[in-house]
Amino acid sequence: MGKLEIEKLSDSNFILQMGPHHPATHGVLRLFCEFEGERVIKITPDIGYLHRGIEKLSETKTYPVAMTLTDRLDYISSMINNIGYCLAVERLLNIEPPPRAKFIRTVVSELTRLSSHLLWLATHALDIGAMTVFLYAFREREQILQFFEKICGARLTVSYPRIGGVRFDINSFVLDEIYKFMDTMLNRIDEYETLLTENRIWIARTKNIGVISAAEAVSLGLTGPALRASGVYYDVRKHMPYDAYNEVEFEVPLGENGDTYDRYLCRIREMRQSVFIVKQCIEKMPKGEIITDKAIDIDISPERKRLFVAEDSLWSGFIAFLDEKRELIPKGEIYSAVEAPKGELGFYIVSDGGGKPYRMRIRAPSFIHISAIPKLCEGHFLADVIAIIGTLDIVMGEADR
Amino acid sequence: MLHFIDKNIIVTTLDKIVNWGRSNSLWPLTFGLACCAIEMMAAGASHLDFDRFGVLFRASPRQADLIIVAGTVTYKMAPILKRIYEQMGEPKYVIAMGSCACTGGVFNTYSTVQGVDQFLPVDVYVPGCPPRPEALMYGVLKLKEKIIKEQKRWGSWR
Repeated sequence: MGKLEIEKLSDSNFILQMGPHHPATHGVLRLFCEFEGERVIKITPDIGYLHRGIEKLSETKTYPVAMTLTDRLDYISSMINNIGYCLAVERLLNIEPPPRAKFIRTVVSELTRLSSHLLWLATHALDIGAMTVFLYAFREREQILQFFEKICGARLTVSYPRIGGVRFDINSFVLDEIYKFMDTMLNRIDEYETLLTENRIWIARTKNIGVISAAEAVSLGLTGPALRASGVYYDVRKHMPYDAYNEVEFEVPLGENGDTYDRYLCRIREMRQSVFIVKQCIEKMPKGEIITDKAIDIDISPERKRLFVAEDSLWSGFIAFLDEKRELIPKGEIYSAVEAPKGELGFYIVSDGGGKPYRMRIRAPSFIHISAIPKLCEGHFLADVIAIIGTLDIVMGEADR
Repeated sequence: MLHFIDKNIIVTTLDKIVNWGRSNSLWPLTFGLACCAIEMMAAGASHLDFDRFGVLFRASPRQADLIIVAGTVTYKMAPILKRIYEQMGEPKYVIAMGSCACTGGVFNTYSTVQGVDQFLPVDVYVPGCPPRPEALMYGVLKLKEKIIKEQKRWGSWR
């Protein structure tokens, strides 16, 4: 018998286009995948399918109005986007919100983090094949959205914070409800863990998938849970505290291996920390004003409005933001960052003294995380690409802007 | 003459049956574009169960009867949306969900299509930014009403 001759199948690689319409791409992301057999050798992301021109559009809007556009950046965590934008303008104006507003903002941002992580857990588990988690996570997410309705009347695009404070005060009974819900939330997080953490299928699909070392994660610019899962201690809430984060105690959960499983554990632990932060804030909630006197807003009181209305204006309701000659906002530029559920969300605003931002650049974590997909997917199967897209927690509204 | 009458009697009766069947098993395509997709997911998830209306989300356009355009359509995305619509089998319906899909909404910019009705025949418009899941449900119920009133939209009479 002669030697068995195995012919080489083909020299050419297989190219697959995934997206932009694909149920597991978390938005309209397109990936050009190049395979050798079943292994990925190269992935090129193509973005821009949701480019709405938010940065350019904000240059045509006044400072308080441009906040409504930040809602639509990362639509899962709109409250934190609003707060990030307001903080940047506040630092430009050199004003500070009153203590109660700071605590309210901290409560709502942690509730947003909870709802965002719940949605991430739901969709990530659904992509890998765990349908039950999706239904469980949405049950709690609806309750959090109902709290947002009670606070400000909107579910997703809230526009609740204002430059210099917040729009509405939170009733004490709503705070009590949130406090009670936080106890149930802890049990629910345990429930999700019983479904996934020791699940053999889940471990097989997530362990050692999409491993990234600490040095690589830093050089790629990853932030948030994606960075902390690699063991790098970096959290904007700890390193550059804003609002009431320096008055509450919390831990920053860190991972070790930097794989998909560690990122999952990091986010689950982060949800527990969010619960503790909300509880502490409600316990320590001070009384008093919710918006500072120096605030600029579209619905400010007449006394405050007078400051911004041109004296000779015929229409007194027309705020003089549109007057380019007067210096309403100090000239200069500012970069200010907040810890969004996805990572560091930064706003870089250039002011030329007018009532509108001269330039607003948004440092979106999703955009930077997409650049890590080719690195993370190298050598994995196609099915793992789905897991990796899910684990990075990408929102295309933020990446494309 | 007799042949003609027979045909008509059958058609009107069958219209009712066909429309009843179609309106009670509307399978939409999971076509999430932006913020509205999250509310569409919420409508399909546990709290507001969409399955009770016979609405089951399908991932393939070949299996879908309805496309819910949930979110902002950009000029880069429009050809893909059109192709997906063309891949769907007849009869097919379109719901424009949210201000962006209806009119362009706040995004009156160089990159955004000002309303999906510029290139697709929209049946129901659901306004809101984003509309509540209940609003989407109302939109689907309105589409059901529309389907029940349809005539001769099957077989060779289409």
